[in-house]
Amino acid sequence: MPQEIKHHLTDALLMGYSAGTLPEAFNLVVASHVSLCDECRARLAEFDAVGGEIVAMSETAEMSADSLALTLAAISDAPAEEEQAAAPETTGTAVLPRPIREYVGGDVEAVKWRKIGGGVRQAILRTSKNATARLLYIPAGCAVPDHGHAGTELTLVLQGAFRDETDRFGAGDVEVANEDLDHQPVAEDGEDCICLAATDAPLKFNAMIPKLAQPFLRI
Amino acid sequence: MLTEAIPLANADADRRVAQYAGAKAPLSNGAKAKVTQSGPKDRMAWVSHVEAIRDRKDQAAFAELFGYFAPRVKAFLMKSGASPDLAEECTQEVMATLWRKAHMFDPAKASVSTWIFTVARNRKIDILRKERRPEPEDLPWGPEAEPEQEEVMTLQQESKKLGKAIADLPDKQKDLILKAYYGELSHSEIAEQTGLPLGTIKSRIRLALDRLRRQMK
Repeated sequence: MPQEIKHHLTDALLMGYSAGTLPEAFNLVVASHVSLCDECRARLAEFDAVGGEIVAMSETAEMSADSLALTLAAISDAPAEEEQAAAPETTGTAVLPRPIREYVGGDVEAVKWRKIGGGVRQAILRTSKNATARLLYIPAGCAVPDHGHAGTELTLVLQGAFRDETDRFGAGDVEVANEDLDHQPVAEDGEDCICLAATDAPLKFNAMIPKLAQPFLRI
Repeated sequence: MLTEAIPLANADADRRVAQYAGAKAPLSNGAKAKVTQSGPKDRMAWVSHVEAIRDRKDQAAFAELFGYFAPRVKAFLMKSGASPDLAEECTQEVMATLWRKAHMFDPAKASVSTWIFTVARNRKIDILRKERRPEPEDLPWGPEAEPEQEEVMTLQQESKKLGKAIADLPDKQKDLILKAYYGELSHSEIAEQTGLPLGTIKSRIRLALDRLRRQMK
């Protein structure tokens, strides 16, 4: 468990994750934050409960006549799963929560970083195209180029901490930024900062160079 | 429609879908559907049904669960954009998953309908959107073999209260919530203040998590 988490997911994001309507990149941020945060895990369970009630009170659609028989036949073809004996893989000393490790194929050592200038490195994770997810490595004391957003940007801190115009974000904290926020995150001194960032629209950099570089960097 | 282009997994599925091609699957309201009348209303009864499936592979209990929930899951999937054939196919898979994963159900943390919703939702993402769904890390403990009966009762009662509170919402607000769950609203369209009458389920779940974490230490 990281230190106390101060910045949580919004209701809209938790509801969207529960409903299954968020882009995959956002789902990754939500699943990762929930992995670290009992408060949001409980809030998510609450939104799942809403979904359950919606199904329970739903209208009905007529099932085909042999539907139950077909289902029972499918069940007898595939025997019930045995209780999983394997101990769940715990995070232990890993920096990345398991949802991210599944995309990376391992912990931080397995990340294929690419330099994007100013000492900052990033790695794009493969998700569906309606939003992008990337890991950012910001050396202690360094800044991510000043940028604004066309859509929503979610930034989850995994190691270290950063500050921007709004507040300080430490491990486990998630910043939800929209088009109203122009910010320049700066990693705190001390530990290098690693974040997972997801956006549903390209970032708008406020300086000329990153703007030119944007098509190449895919950020 | 989006779903028309989705290839079916195998020839067997093709054959089954062909069987359904002639069958109409109109949405009807709950009162008309005869199968729903026989289902037990009480949430604790649904919990016992799942336990009977888990412990005794009880087909009668499964049939009742199927009779009540399958038509609702199918309607949910159709409202989420699945064609009737695909929704039928998908619903059967969801129901079969419930049988296979009955040991994963934890009645101290969720109602049966919540559990079914999450299975159906995951299937929906898989089939309709063809995407991976990142899931939170499991907690370092699985479902408790024998959860406290009182905890189970409280959680099940809380979920009943939640259902009633949602049903009692003004139509306009209820519509908005339904739209969010059927995927007709993007996350930015879901107002921050959803005005959901969430009650105390979250604090029950939070307490259970805290208790289990303490026990693990």
